Amino acid sequence: MLEVCDLAVGYRNHRAINDISFCLQPGTISGLFGPNGAGKSTLIKGILGLVPILQGSIRYNSLPLKRNLKKVAYVPQRNKIDWDYPVLVENVVMMGRIPTTGWFRKPSRNSRRIVASALARVGMSDFARYPIGELSGGQQQRVFLARAIAQEADLFFFDEPFNNVDYQTEDIIFDVFQELKQQQKTLLVISHDLSETITNYDHLLLLNQRLIASGDRHNVLTNQNIQQTYGRVLVNSY
Amino acid sequence: MVSLTGLWFGSGLFCSGLLSWLLEPLSFTFMQQAIAVGCLLGILSAVVGSYLILQQMSMMGGVISHAVLPGVSLAFFLNLNLAAGAFVAGLFSALVVVGIEMRSRIKVDAAMALTLSSFLALGIILINRLKTNQIDLNSLLFGDILGVSNQDVWQAAIITALILILTRLFYKELEFYTFDPTGAQACGLPVKIIYFGLICAITLTIVASMQTVGVLLVSALLVGPALTAYLLVKELWQMMFLGAVLGMATSTLGIYLSYYWDLPSGAAIALTIFSAFLLAWLFSPSQGLLNNPENRQYLSALLKNIDRR
Repeated sequence: MLEVCDLAVGYRNHRAINDISFCLQPGTISGLFGPNGAGKSTLIKGILGLVPILQGSIRYNSLPLKRNLKKVAYVPQRNKIDWDYPVLVENVVMMGRIPTTGWFRKPSRNSRRIVASALARVGMSDFARYPIGELSGGQQQRVFLARAIAQEADLFFFDEPFNNVDYQTEDIIFDVFQELKQQQKTLLVISHDLSETITNYDHLLLLNQRLIASGDRHNVLTNQNIQQTYGRVLVNSY
Repeated sequence: MVSLTGLWFGSGLFCSGLLSWLLEPLSFTFMQQAIAVGCLLGILSAVVGSYLILQQMSMMGGVISHAVLPGVSLAFFLNLNLAAGAFVAGLFSALVVVGIEMRSRIKVDAAMALTLSSFLALGIILINRLKTNQIDLNSLLFGDILGVSNQDVWQAAIITALILILTRLFYKELEFYTFDPTGAQACGLPVKIIYFGLICAITLTIVASMQTVGVLLVSALLVGPALTAYLLVKELWQMMFLGAVLGMATSTLGIYLSYYWDLPSGAAIALTIFSAFLLAWLFSPSQGLLNNPENRQYLSALLKNIDRR
């Protein structure tokens, strides 16, 4: 279980997010929602120790997460990556094996097998020897999903995985999420798509500088919570 | 038949001419040493330059190279090793840039512009006040590869060997870090140490190249061959390998041009590197300007218009 307790993260005297406490259970898919600038990416970066935190604690199975980073797979936002980097698809996925491979070693035969099957899982086997820059946005996102699978982590963090991807990719991503859920993994996914795909999440978190609501869909998606998060009422109700 | 014999004879003459053109300068020790240093630095800069380009911090090379000046001046005044002084000052300037960027809202390019000129200014004042102007400023700024000593060759060889070994040992981690820094950090890689190591490698390369092309032209060597290779390859190791080959070839050619036409060596090397880049930029099979059908159509339309006039 991932426990985030009283977390505050900020840059230079400014608190971007404040007073965040929640728990994520294994075998669940959690969706993190909020408007632009709500601090969704900052929350994930704070949890992973990618930005300094001002206060609070993050524990995974009662241990500080910082000492357990090998259990973590993180897929950053697409626009944070230089897609012109000269690297082949299979080598991008192999990067997920670096923590388990260790320093000064070459990837094992087992790692190569895992990479091949991860690529097959996201339907990208035919592109293994392609430069990453020659792929479409959706294909690139699937390669990063394959990298996360190859990491064989317990905790998965996805920052806007559905931005600018095609429907085929979206289906594959949700299928893989379901498989990871079945394997008792813990998933936290940033999205801002409050459409019908929201039924894929077991647990919803609404964020706007602070945690507005956390829980299952029916308890979280009330008009009052939506109003507090987005500053307006959405017409649809689920 | 006659023409064929003529052709054979002519090409034979040309070949023997080329051979003597190539071999004659090699009878001088200073030319042997210059070419040795040129080739070593061609390899070294291509490997380090590849990371520099992919990290999108090519300008950092410019900052560090200018910032070595106060270090050189102080080292000269205190009678210390000039290369060591240059290394410390260069490293310090990079840390100043990173410090300003991290601890304020200032973007990295502005921090670089400020740091570059400030360190240069400090260097000028130190040279002026410490009366260290016996330093051959001209060769420091513009390089003098034809004046390298045996010791310079050894220094370049040791630095090149060291960087090549480290690159080989940490290749996969460096590739991960330069491709996806946040992903690498999230996996628990010590990204701060890796970044510091890269800065050290860049500074070492600049210190080693000071003598050859000078601090004002070192960016050409550091960025040019690797950038040319970048237009032609699909993987990082290929970029380094092809960049190294190009670095050796362009340095050597530049030295020959400098020898025969009596050109300043650093400038001759820098322009040879740029010529190679231009060729790749125009004719690269995958990314070349003239291999893009749209550009071709545009160009031919342009040429037709010119004809009509």
